[in-house]
Order: sequence, then structure tokens, then C-alpha cells
Amino acid sequence: MTRRFTHALVVGASSGIGEALARRLAADGTKVALVARRGERLAEIASDINRVAGEERALTFVHDVHNRDEAPALLQEIARTLGGLDLVIYSTGIGHRVSFTEYSTAKDVDMIEVNVLGAMAWLNPVAERFWRLRRGTIVGIGSVAGDRGRSGAPVYNTSKAALHAYLEALRNRVGRRDVKVVTIKPGFVDTPMVADFKNLPMVVSAERAASIILRKAKRGASTAYVPARWRLVSLVVRAIPSFLFKYLQV
Amino acid sequence: MREPLPSRQVEWVEGWGRAVGAAGYVYRPTTVDEVREVLALARAHGVPVVPRGAGRSYGDAALLAEAVVLDLSGMDRIVGWDASTGIVDVEPGVTFRELWRSTLGDGWWPAVVTGTMTPTLGGGLAMNVHGKNNWVRGTLGEHCLELKLLLPSGELRMVTPDDDGDLFHAVIGGFGQLGVIVGARLRLKRVYSGRLEVRAMSAPDLAGMLRQADDAKDRWEYVVGWIDAFAGGRHSGRGLLHFANHLEAGEDAAVEDSLRAEAQDLPARLFGVVPKSALWRVLKPLTNRPGMRLINAAKYRLGSTVGDTKQYRQTLAEFSFLLDYVPGWERVYLPGGLIQHQSFVPVGEAERVFARQLELCRRAGLPSFLAVLKRHRSDPFLLTHAVDGFSLALDFPVTASNRARLWRLVARLAEPVVEAGGRFYPAKDAALPGELYRATFHDGQLERFADVKARTDPERLLRSALADRLLRT
Repeated sequence: MTRRFTHALVVGASSGIGEALARRLAADGTKVALVARRGERLAEIASDINRVAGEERALTFVHDVHNRDEAPALLQEIARTLGGLDLVIYSTGIGHRVSFTEYSTAKDVDMIEVNVLGAMAWLNPVAERFWRLRRGTIVGIGSVAGDRGRSGAPVYNTSKAALHAYLEALRNRVGRRDVKVVTIKPGFVDTPMVADFKNLPMVVSAERAASIILRKAKRGASTAYVPARWRLVSLVVRAIPSFLFKYLQV
Repeated sequence: MREPLPSRQVEWVEGWGRAVGAAGYVYRPTTVDEVREVLALARAHGVPVVPRGAGRSYGDAALLAEAVVLDLSGMDRIVGWDASTGIVDVEPGVTFRELWRSTLGDGWWPAVVTGTMTPTLGGGLAMNVHGKNNWVRGTLGEHCLELKLLLPSGELRMVTPDDDGDLFHAVIGGFGQLGVIVGARLRLKRVYSGRLEVRAMSAPDLAGMLRQADDAKDRWEYVVGWIDAFAGGRHSGRGLLHFANHLEAGEDAAVEDSLRAEAQDLPARLFGVVPKSALWRVLKPLTNRPGMRLINAAKYRLGSTVGDTKQYRQTLAEFSFLLDYVPGWERVYLPGGLIQHQSFVPVGEAERVFARQLELCRRAGLPSFLAVLKRHRSDPFLLTHAVDGFSLALDFPVTASNRARLWRLVARLAEPVVEAGGRFYPAKDAALPGELYRATFHDGQLERFADVKARTDPERLLRSALADRLLRT
């Protein structure tokens, strides 16, 4: 059965896919909490959403996902302010550029903190809440990059692979109580994260990605590639033996 | 940022109809001190409190999103009973079932009972419930002699109609918004048998239903009508009526046996075959428009032929608690649940208004699956729902596709009630627009209620989704 979302929370709503998801949800009538580090940018987006909606449909909460201890109390405050919560999307993600010969532990730790530990800090209390309530949908924005360990982005790949495994484990826990956990694996989405890359294949806009993601979330899909043709690409990429994969520039 | 409330307390809390629900932080105190602690905890976290009994209000009377839910069903002790006067002291979580099972052997029955025995008395007083004998006995509140009211400040007050009539008449039927009822003294009704004399009648149309119910009200203690809401044209409003009286002293030869609580137990199997606990599963495939049209028509045909003008005896529980014949009956309406709408209309306007309501339902393609008619009189409570007239209660199934239409229909059903000087029953409500509810009060009752609220709960700690929607206190 298709799910209908009335109250949603988007962590990482100040740009890219998160922003597009927040705008799309609000356009569909969902009351949405926007969470991100950059308060001014959040306020601009919320103001824009509310102007279009003609009512207060977007609320902002400034938060840095490095501050993991804040998540449980902020989650509760958001649920109370919204008047409920049936969809939580963790969309925050960073991909620091590293050169082929660069080994930067600082960059790597930051990616793990934002892409993995931040997700756990938010989605653990969300999963516990939805488990107790026997309802709710969790969406995690992973990446096709998490399907293989590539020479160009070792820890970005690792972070997304870890996120995928974590989301799958959550799904296997809370899915027993009709809670859906949706792993989203976007390919290249036209967001600030890929702005510096040239000639990327199969790029979709953030708006198109958001539309696909919400459709999948409503259906309660387990794992969805965005757009869907990345599933085939990933199938091929994952089938390449390691001894060959190490020679490929992918 | 405040410390979060313990995540282990969060639960999904629903109305009985299961069409509306919300997450809440549920606490189940068993003493007055524990209630005080919950109130203090909520205040410290800046979170409102919604009082809750057995959760038998159909809609949103006992829930509020993300609030502390004060579930009083664990305060379920009968703390005093005088079999010579029929006066009982109860905690708020005592249910009608526990009450009558404790007192019937001594020859006492609650003066007012609801159509299911499962609600708590605290909840019953907060919503000021009525029964099938509303014309004769009024509401539950009229049989309450004293309330123990815990104010959000922690102050415990004993409230009686004589000492503090304004507060007493505002708390009863006050949605639990003025204080937490932590105890009540009630006067029960003397009975001389565990059985009732029942008479069944049929009526071919709405006018006949109303006329027969009105004629019966002075001769019978209990008057209730069932209407086939699917029937249109000249059959619109047709239905069956049941009247009942208690037996007088000496009329029951086996009085000692019939007053035993066990003698009141509802049958474990329907027709001796289907276990009661499985009955809702049997009904579920029929809970759709064609199925319910068939059931309603068959019920009318049967009642208006072989059942018409029949007189027989039935136990008190059998007659009173029809909803308990099918345990978990509300599950037949899942996944969408059901809502109920009950309007109260003055005698002279009832036929016009109810005919209009039945027509509106049929035209909207949303006929009520169960429609019940009762006769009422006014009472002295500030937010009373009753008028000198009739009520029509309409059950509607909720689905993902009809939900928005149904909510609009409820608003349309309410308009003629407001115009006719009628009222609505908050205990049943989930969908009534607040402005229509408020439009039924013309003599400053809402302002007086707000004044009392400002005195007893100035911080507005006590709230509910229903009160937020209807009262905006």
C-alpha cells in the first residue's frame, strides 16, 4: 500500500537532494522540518517554501551533524513542533576530493563522521521511535559509489558502503513492525557535490532525483537506484573481478 | 535544549475507531502521588498532558500528538461501597464492567451505562456520557455526588455540586481540561432483577421512528432505535426500536440467580457456533457498502416481520452492552478505521434535520454503516451535549480514498444541526470543524469554560487534540 507522509524531517536540507526533497514534500502538502548547519540558507529555503504554500509548511532547525549528542533531544523537539513524524530522511553527505596519492586522515574522519556517524546518531533514535510506534519510513541517501571500493575515493566509498550496511541492518530490525527503511543509491545528481566534475554520465537534476526518491519511499522500497538504470550499471560494476577492477579508472 | 523525555515511553495512541491516532509519551500512574509526578515531569519538559482512560472515545478525545499521555486505567480500585445506599467511591480507571460486577449482587446497577462496558468512569465523567435511558436518568454526571480533582498545580480538591457548583458542572463534560479526575463518588440505581423486560418494534420511516421513540419515553426507561441508513425514498429512516424496563420487586422469581455477575456474562459463542473472539473476522468480508446494505436490509426485514412487537426478557448486560457482543468489532474497519458523528436536535426539528443528514450521506455515496437513534433531555452541565430532543449517531468506515470526502461530509451534516439549535457529542467526534461546534453555544458557556480553565490550569498543561480543535481554550 502506498504511504502518505504528513510530517517529515530532512537532515541535510540546505542544498542538493535534501533541499529538493524538502521542497517536493512541502509541495505535496507535507509539513517538513529542515535540518542543516547553515541557518541563513535554511531560512531562505523555508521562506520560499512557505511563500509558495501560502502557509507555514517548512520549519528550520540549525544543527551540525558532528554534534551527535544533540540528535535525540532535537528529534523530539522537531516531532513536537511538527505535531508528529512519519518520514525521516538522512540526506547529509560530503565527499572530500582526494588525489590518487593523498592519504588525509582528517578528510577521511570527517566523511565518516558526516556520512556514517551522523546518520547513526539520527537514525538510531528514529528507528527506536518507529519500532515502538510500529510505523514510519526512514530514507538514507547512500550512493552507487558505495557498491565498490574505488581507487579515487577510498573513504567516501567506505562511508557509503557502511551506510548501506547500516540501513540494511536497520531494515531487518524494524521491518518486522511495518517500519520501512529505504536505501537510496543515487548516481550522478546535479548538486554542489559534483559541481567540479566534468562530463559525468547520466546526470539527473536534484528535483528529478527527489521525485524518484519520494516515489520509492511511498512504496516502501528496500533499495532504489536513482535513476533506475544505475542498477544495471552497478550490477556490471560489481561483477568485475577485483584483479581487473584495480586497473579501471572508475 | 531540554532533556528529551525517555524514548521508551513513546507509544502510538488511538481513538477507539482507530481512524485517528498520534504518538505520545505514555505514563500509567497507580496513585495520586504518581499522577502528581507525571504532571510535574511534563511541566519540567514543557510538554502538555492529555488524560486518558480506556481509550473508548471514538475520536481524538484522549490523544494529542507528542504529549505526555496520562493513562489512568491503572487507578482501578473501588475504594468504598455502601450496599445500603448504593453509593460507591471509585478511582478513575474503574470501568463500567468492574463497577456493575461488584455491585449487582447487592441489587445495584449504574444509573447510566454506555453501549460498551469497557470505558472507565473517569473518562465517562470527563466526557459526561449517556446511555439509552438519557431521557429518564440524564447523563453519568447527574449521578456523581463528588469529584476528587487534581489540579495541574498539584492541589487536590474535593468538588461537589453544592460546594463548588460552577467547577463541578464544568469539569463533568469538560474533556479533562480543567484538572485530573482522580476519584469520584457515584450513586447507583436499585434493581430487583438482573433482567429487563424488553419490547421490540419496527417503524417504516423516520417519522414513525421518532414518534414511537417519543411515545415510549415516559413508559420505558430505555429507548433506542436502529435505522437502516441505506434505505432511501419513502423507506428513508426505517428501522427497529427497542424499549426496556427494569423489573419491579417481586417480578423476577429467580432474582438471586439473575443478580449474579456470572449470570450476566454475554454468550461465548454466537448461535452456539462462532466463538465471540473470532466474530469480527466473520464480519470483516461484509464490511463494505454492498455487504452492509445487505445486512441492514436483512436486519430490518427480520425485525419488522418475525421480531415486530415481540416482548421478552433479557439480562442487563445483554441489553445494555450490544457493542461487546463482538469483541474487537472495531477491527472490521481496519486498516482505515471508523469515525462516528452524533448530532442532538430539538424535538421539533429532528425529523427535518435527520432526514437531511441521511440524504446527504446517501448522495455523497457514504451511507452510514450503523445508525442509532436515542431520546434525550437537557442537563445542567456547562458544555452539555444533550438537548430536549433526539440524537442520531452515524458510523462511517474510513478509507484512504474516502477520508477527505468523509471529513467534508461531517461538516455538511453538522450545518443543519447548528441551524436547528442542536449540539454535538465530543466523545464520539473526530472530524467536526471547531467553528461549527462552537456555534452551538449561545449563552457564553465557552467563555465561562475558558474562565474556569484560566483559574484551574493557567499554564494550559492539560490539553487534547479534541479540545484544541473544538474549544481552543
